[in-house]
Amino acid sequence: MPTARRAADAAPKPSEDRRWRLVNRTMRLHGHKPDALIETLHVVQESFGFLDEESLRYVAAALQVPLSRVYAVATFYHYFSLKPPGVHTCVICLGTACYIGGASGILEHIQETHGIAPGETTADQQISLVTARCLGSCGLAPAGVFDGEVAGKLKPETVLDKLGRWARHDHDA
Amino acid sequence: MTPTETLTGKRHRTDVNPMRVLTLKMDGQDVSAREDETLLTVARQNGIRIPTLCHLNGLSERGACRLCIVEIKGQARLAAACVTLARQDMEVSTRSPRVLEFRRRILELIFSERNHICAVCVSNGHCDLQDLAVELGMTHVRYEYMYPRHEVDASHPRFSVDHNRCVLCLRCVRVCDEVEGAHTWDIMRRGIAARVITDMNQPWGTAASCTGCGKCVEVCPTGALSEKGRSVAEMKKGREFLPYLQMMRRDELH
Repeated sequence: MPTARRAADAAPKPSEDRRWRLVNRTMRLHGHKPDALIETLHVVQESFGFLDEESLRYVAAALQVPLSRVYAVATFYHYFSLKPPGVHTCVICLGTACYIGGASGILEHIQETHGIAPGETTADQQISLVTARCLGSCGLAPAGVFDGEVAGKLKPETVLDKLGRWARHDHDA
Repeated sequence: MTPTETLTGKRHRTDVNPMRVLTLKMDGQDVSAREDETLLTVARQNGIRIPTLCHLNGLSERGACRLCIVEIKGQARLAAACVTLARQDMEVSTRSPRVLEFRRRILELIFSERNHICAVCVSNGHCDLQDLAVELGMTHVRYEYMYPRHEVDASHPRFSVDHNRCVLCLRCVRVCDEVEGAHTWDIMRRGIAARVITDMNQPWGTAASCTGCGKCVEVCPTGALSEKGRSVAEMKKGREFLPYLQMMRRDELH
C-alpha cells in the first residue's frame, strides 16, 4: 500500500527508541491497515505505560485513521491510559458484587486520605487509583489489585494501610 | 422524501436481498416493504409518524436516541425502528401505551442529562428536541436534573459548540465523516462521561482536520452547535443538502 507508506513517512518521527520499533513492527505486520488501531495502541500502552499525544498522532498518521477516532478509541477502553501511571497502581473492582460489598466506600476513603479520584495519580507520582468492572473474583468481594496482586475481602483500613506504606516508600509493603 | 431510504453507508447490509418484497402489519395496517428497508422507512412511506432525534435522511443510522422504539409482537424488548429491518408477517405497533410511555421517559432522560434551558438557548424555536417535547406532550421531567458542568468552546472563527446542549445524537460525527470526509468529530469516553470532541480533544479552532464547512452545525438538532453572530430568530438550520446526498448514495448502491 504505497499511500500508507507515504503517510508513515510524513508522520513525526519518534526517536529511535526500541519501544517504537515494537510499535512499528506491529503496524507493519498488519499492513498499516486502519483496523490495526486497537492492536497498535495496545503495544504503545504496553511499552510506554500510557498513550501520550505524540504517540497518538504518530499512530493516527501511520494507520491513516482520523485523529478524533484515535482519541475516541483511546478514551473508550479502560485499558488505555492517557496519563503516565504512578509508581504503584491500585485497582478497585466496582463490579456488582464488590459494589454491594462496599467498594465505593473504599474509594471514598482513598479520596479523603490521598486526594485522588479513580483515574488519577497522586501529585508525587507514587499511587495511581484505577477502577475495574469485575475482576472475576466476586467471591472475594470487595476485591482489588495492588501492583498486580489480587487481594480480596478488602476493608477501608487495610487498603489505606497498604497505600500509606506505598506513599511512605516502605518497601516491605 | 424518496421512498427508498435504506441502511446506507457503512452500515449497508449484504445479507438482505433488496429485490424481495414482504408484507407486514403496522398499527393494524397491511403494508409492504423491501427486505432491506427499516421499520422507520416503511412507517414513513405509509404515513405513520414515528418521532426520531438521531435519524437524519442522508446519514447512516445510529440507533443512538432510542426515541423511535416500537413494539413488535412476540418480542419482549422494544426495538428501535431506525435500525430494525422489516420481516415477513411482523406485527408492529408504533403507538401502543407502552411505547408512548417509554418514549416520554427516554425524552425526559435526555432532558435531565444536560442543561437544556430553552429560554437562553440560541436554537429556541428551531430545535428538534424542543419540538419533540411538544409533540410527545412532555409537561415535566420526572427525573432529577444532573446539572453537569460543561464548557462552551467558541475557539472556531465561525462556529461554537456548547456541550450543555448536546444530546449525543452523533449527527455531527456522521455528517463530518460520511459527507464531508474530514472526520473532525468523534466521541470520547463512554456512558455518562461521553462528549463530542474535535481532533485530539482540542479547541475546535485549533483542529487541523476541520474544513469549516459548517455541515455539523446545520445537522445539529439542538443549540449545541451554532453559528456565531446569529441571533435566536436567525439560527435556523439548513438541511436542504441532505436529500441530494441521499440520491447520490442510492446511485452508488445500484
